[in-house]
Amino acid sequence: MSDAASFPQAARISVRNAQLRGNLRHATRTIRSKRARAVAELADWDRLRAAGAAIKDRTLRHLDQYLEQLEAAVTAAGGTVHWAVDADEANRIVTRLVKATGEKEVVKVKSMATQEIGLNEALAAAGIRAYETDLAELIVQLGADRPSHILVPAIHRNRTEIRDIFRRQMGAWGRPAPEDLSDSPAELAEAARLHLREKFLRAKVAISGANFMVAETGTLVVVESEGNGRMCLTLPQTLISVVGIEKTVPTWRDLEVFLQLLPRSSTAERMNPYTSTWTGTTDGDGPSEFHLVLLDNGRTDTLADQVGRQALRCIRCSACLNVCPVYERAGGHAYGSAYPGPIGAILTPQLRGTASALDASLPYASSLCGACYEVCPVAIDIPEVLVHLRERVAEGGSVTRNGARVTIRPAKGHAAERVAMRAARWAFEHPRALRAGERLAARTRRAHPARLPGEPWSASRDLPVVPPEPFRDWWQRTHGGKEAK
Amino acid sequence: MRVALFITCVNDALYPGTGRAVVTLLRRLGVEVDFPAEQTCCGQVQYNTGYRRQTEPLVRRFATVFTEYDAVVTPSGSCAAMVREHYPRIARRAADEDRDGELAELTGRIVPKVYELSEFLLDVLRVEDVGGYFPYTVAYHPTCHSLRLLGVGDRPTRLLRAVKGLDLVELPGAEECCGFGGTFSVKNPDVSAAMGADKARAAVDSGAQVLCAADNSCLMHIGGTLSRRGGGPRVLHLAEILASTEENVS
Ligand code: SF4
Repeated sequence: MSDAASFPQAARISVRNAQLRGNLRHATRTIRSKRARAVAELADWDRLRAAGAAIKDRTLRHLDQYLEQLEAAVTAAGGTVHWAVDADEANRIVTRLVKATGEKEVVKVKSMATQEIGLNEALAAAGIRAYETDLAELIVQLGADRPSHILVPAIHRNRTEIRDIFRRQMGAWGRPAPEDLSDSPAELAEAARLHLREKFLRAKVAISGANFMVAETGTLVVVESEGNGRMCLTLPQTLISVVGIEKTVPTWRDLEVFLQLLPRSSTAERMNPYTSTWTGTTDGDGPSEFHLVLLDNGRTDTLADQVGRQALRCIRCSACLNVCPVYERAGGHAYGSAYPGPIGAILTPQLRGTASALDASLPYASSLCGACYEVCPVAIDIPEVLVHLRERVAEGGSVTRNGARVTIRPAKGHAAERVAMRAARWAFEHPRALRAGERLAARTRRAHPARLPGEPWSASRDLPVVPPEPFRDWWQRTHGGKEAK
Repeated sequence: MRVALFITCVNDALYPGTGRAVVTLLRRLGVEVDFPAEQTCCGQVQYNTGYRRQTEPLVRRFATVFTEYDAVVTPSGSCAAMVREHYPRIARRAADEDRDGELAELTGRIVPKVYELSEFLLDVLRVEDVGGYFPYTVAYHPTCHSLRLLGVGDRPTRLLRAVKGLDLVELPGAEECCGFGGTFSVKNPDVSAAMGADKARAAVDSGAQVLCAADNSCLMHIGGTLSRRGGGPRVLHLAEILASTEENVS
């Protein structure tokens, strides 16, 4: 990842992609207004939101206890729990579990955690083919593409592009698309259905994530719209779920809050079409073998940071992406991880650190307009965390890495800025020096051009005209306008 | 009531007309403002760019300079938000990190006395009709920090509606960020410019002769974009519209 383009570099290209901008603009605006309506229906939304945040905070505070409770409950229900400290370990565990079944294919339920760790690639390296079964994930997989949205991974594609991908690629992965496939949504969905059905009926192993894990009963919950998840969770013999440790909630009752917050925030539905829950294994019903891989991968370190830890409340609804003006223009790929948009800008630099140019640029990928915080169903103050992470990038400081406190140095490329900020602070502490500077600018004003070559501001905007006299001079000269003007 | 004007560094250096308008407007409403010359900058740019500790001396300066006043008025939504929302946070962290235990008390005293102009007019002076005259069509851009951090709500538009001769028209997508974002505009120039271009287009589409906001930094961005593009409304700070009269139209 270290050689990946920084956010501004990637965005410079995507912002000029008119097709992408058009697709994103249309899609995010549609979801945006639907969400606003779905949320406005509930008179107690603010209280639900506060409850969601409070449940998550309480759980995170005692996460060690809840995880042990969860492990005991899953084990008692016939499942096996594995602990993965990082992506490599999680991938090794899953690969070993699949190999043990003797299978060479797995079906997958859409999952952020497995994208985060690059599971499909790890399985491919071990000769195992993973089939994505969520429609949008299928489009991404067939197009040899990367997801660009949490909920709608192929949001950057339009219908015509999807039809072309299906026609070109489906055959290489299984049942081909009909030759005369049109770009009508019904025909596209039917082609996907027929293609996927073969996979569901053949699969012996499924891999999923989970939206929630209930500690008291060891129950996992997947919330979805298409029913592909239900197929994967019930038909195969072996089910392996890879879940971030922060997905834990203490009790079933807590789901009452989240199952209202999540669908309204993500798909703008009162209730999502499919909610699957499973607890260990049940004889003669569903998978006979169940493995839960609990993924840390930077989460415990994130939990150690008082300001940053609120990012772990996230329920991946994607509302923050849909309202984000920066996401809308830059697109999801510019964020360089499984987590695009505002949540990615605060989560990735915490999970992965800020060592690479990309990760160090993410906290700055925001105008701090606050639209994300306003819609977040668990009230994550994303602007606050962004500014907090900017501080880490600009000034370095003490962070937790792999469980140990370490002091990190400021990221590269901030030395000049640091000097400028110190100089500005000095001037602001010395009003007389400030005034001298202002006067100098005023006196040379006629020489100031409206644009400066090679300077990022004036590439697209004229510079303001410096007035003949700063306010403080006017005030002093006229005693606040009481004397001659 | 002793009222001080916090001009903000941007207005001081680049938009003194806005400051003069606040003084004129408040005088017309019977309030003599004071301008403590030791004031400088609220520290927002430093803070938002990741230099929190650099802002501490500026927080202290602000709290000290304005301590004796009953109210501090500022014609900037984002600077008011910096003081009200972030000063307490900065002070708390300074205490937590054993650098400055006093800052919390200093800021605690000043924070509740700081008002953005429209808040001061409506909440403190309780006037909606400030006696202005401005014979133009105006679109209002509710800048993000006024809207979401301060929560000024419909205060600015209520004030504008009461201005004689003024025709308030809708700005399409009004609540969307203009893309300025302080150092965001130079760190992410392409995205910022794309956002600015969309806002400029909305301003043109509104059909207004004047685009108004309560923050000159956002207007600098939108105005700079409009000026490069050519045509479209001129941009003007809320204070200058409210100060405008039949004898002296802004
Ligand atoms: S940060 Fe909030 S709004 Fe964004 S995806 Fe997570 S829960 Fe949803």
